[in-house]
Amino acid sequence: MSEKKDQNQAPMTTPQTSTQHSPVPADLERLIACPNCDALYTAPNVASQDKAFCGRCHTVLIAPRRKAGKQLIALALTVLILITAATLFPFLAIDAGGMHQEASILQTAFAFEGALLGLSIAVMMFIVVIPMLRLILLIYVLTPIIRDRPPARLAKPAFRLSEALNPWSMAEIFALGCAVALVKLSDLAQVQFGPAAWLFAILVVIVVVTDSLMCRYSIWKSLDQ
Amino acid sequence: MEVSGPVKTARDMGLVGCTRCYTVSPRGTAHCPRCGSVLQSRDRLSLQKVWAWWLVGLMCYIPANLYPMLETRTLVSAQSDTIVGGAVELARHGNWGVAAIILAASVLIPVVKFVIIAGLALGVWLGPKVPEGRRQFWYEVVEYIGRWSMIDVFVVAILSSLVQLQALATITPGRASLFFALSVIFTMLSAQSFDSRLIWDKGQPDSASTRRPPVGDVKGDLSA
Repeated sequence: MSEKKDQNQAPMTTPQTSTQHSPVPADLERLIACPNCDALYTAPNVASQDKAFCGRCHTVLIAPRRKAGKQLIALALTVLILITAATLFPFLAIDAGGMHQEASILQTAFAFEGALLGLSIAVMMFIVVIPMLRLILLIYVLTPIIRDRPPARLAKPAFRLSEALNPWSMAEIFALGCAVALVKLSDLAQVQFGPAAWLFAILVVIVVVTDSLMCRYSIWKSLDQ
Repeated sequence: MEVSGPVKTARDMGLVGCTRCYTVSPRGTAHCPRCGSVLQSRDRLSLQKVWAWWLVGLMCYIPANLYPMLETRTLVSAQSDTIVGGAVELARHGNWGVAAIILAASVLIPVVKFVIIAGLALGVWLGPKVPEGRRQFWYEVVEYIGRWSMIDVFVVAILSSLVQLQALATITPGRASLFFALSVIFTMLSAQSFDSRLIWDKGQPDSASTRRPPVGDVKGDLSA
């Protein structure tokens, strides 16, 4: 495990004082295993902004941030609002031969018909339902933690589900898809960005920031009280 | 600061680590006491699952290339393009850049993904020729780029909902889009099934001489 500094223990939220309620056996409480290579470490106290890496496979194990909980909630709420708005407004519009056509997310998701209807549902899930569900779960889990309340009911299964949904949340990939579609169409017709396109551009940035703020280890530790 | 000397794993110590919250429990614990995930020191069925998803993914990738991805109807012509056909068409019109992007996203990346996943699984099976760190790197690459292949399906959806200009021009998605989406989903599941701890197991000296003293004196402890 490598780390830069070792003072100022600053876990994501309040420091853990009461560990007697923790179901994790006391002698194992300080130990962590790298999820990627199974290397065993004693969890160091990592300062805010610092990171602890696995010395063997260089996976980031602990990366706490002061006030990360609050920032994550704020970002998650922003993304929720952005996705809702982006679903309603058109994101691309074309003009060709005197005709005008706009596309919103809902129209896009239901572009597939007949035998491809399953794909419509999948697209809807990937770009709207799963990202939103994941963020709602995250807000639900984090809100009691930042208010120093005991974890919400079913907080653990909720966070587990939120984590499992992570790879299937593809809103930012769809945003890049808009750009590719724009390039493909640019010599066929005149293409304009709708309001939702800008919302999506912001969304890509926020999703990246949100991922960099998440410290799984800290969140799980806070939930374990 | 990096750990020097041979690294000790949770398994060496008779423990099992949780891949979701990193908590360590005694070997034989069924569920992680912290996050409730199912605990397995190594996923015994990992390679079987990897190969099963890999095979279905490959089976879907073949029709994804044979069937048309987009059907374009204009005033004067009707045309259906496969993935490669569409890129060739673009290149013929001088759109080399876009053609290259499409070929990279829909042909090169999926093929590379199949090769890497197969390589990782074969490496665990037959004994690797590539150092662990390198294999871990490729595993992370596959995990990261896997979902981005879905961009093709989204582009098809966007184009077909946008280009609905009645007689002038219409674009409808072809059957290949479904197979391509399935192929991406199955390869993602294949990569997720891979237990990366298997990469680091082989080649680790497992003799009694390297056994460490019991917990509490863990070598990786740098907090001191």
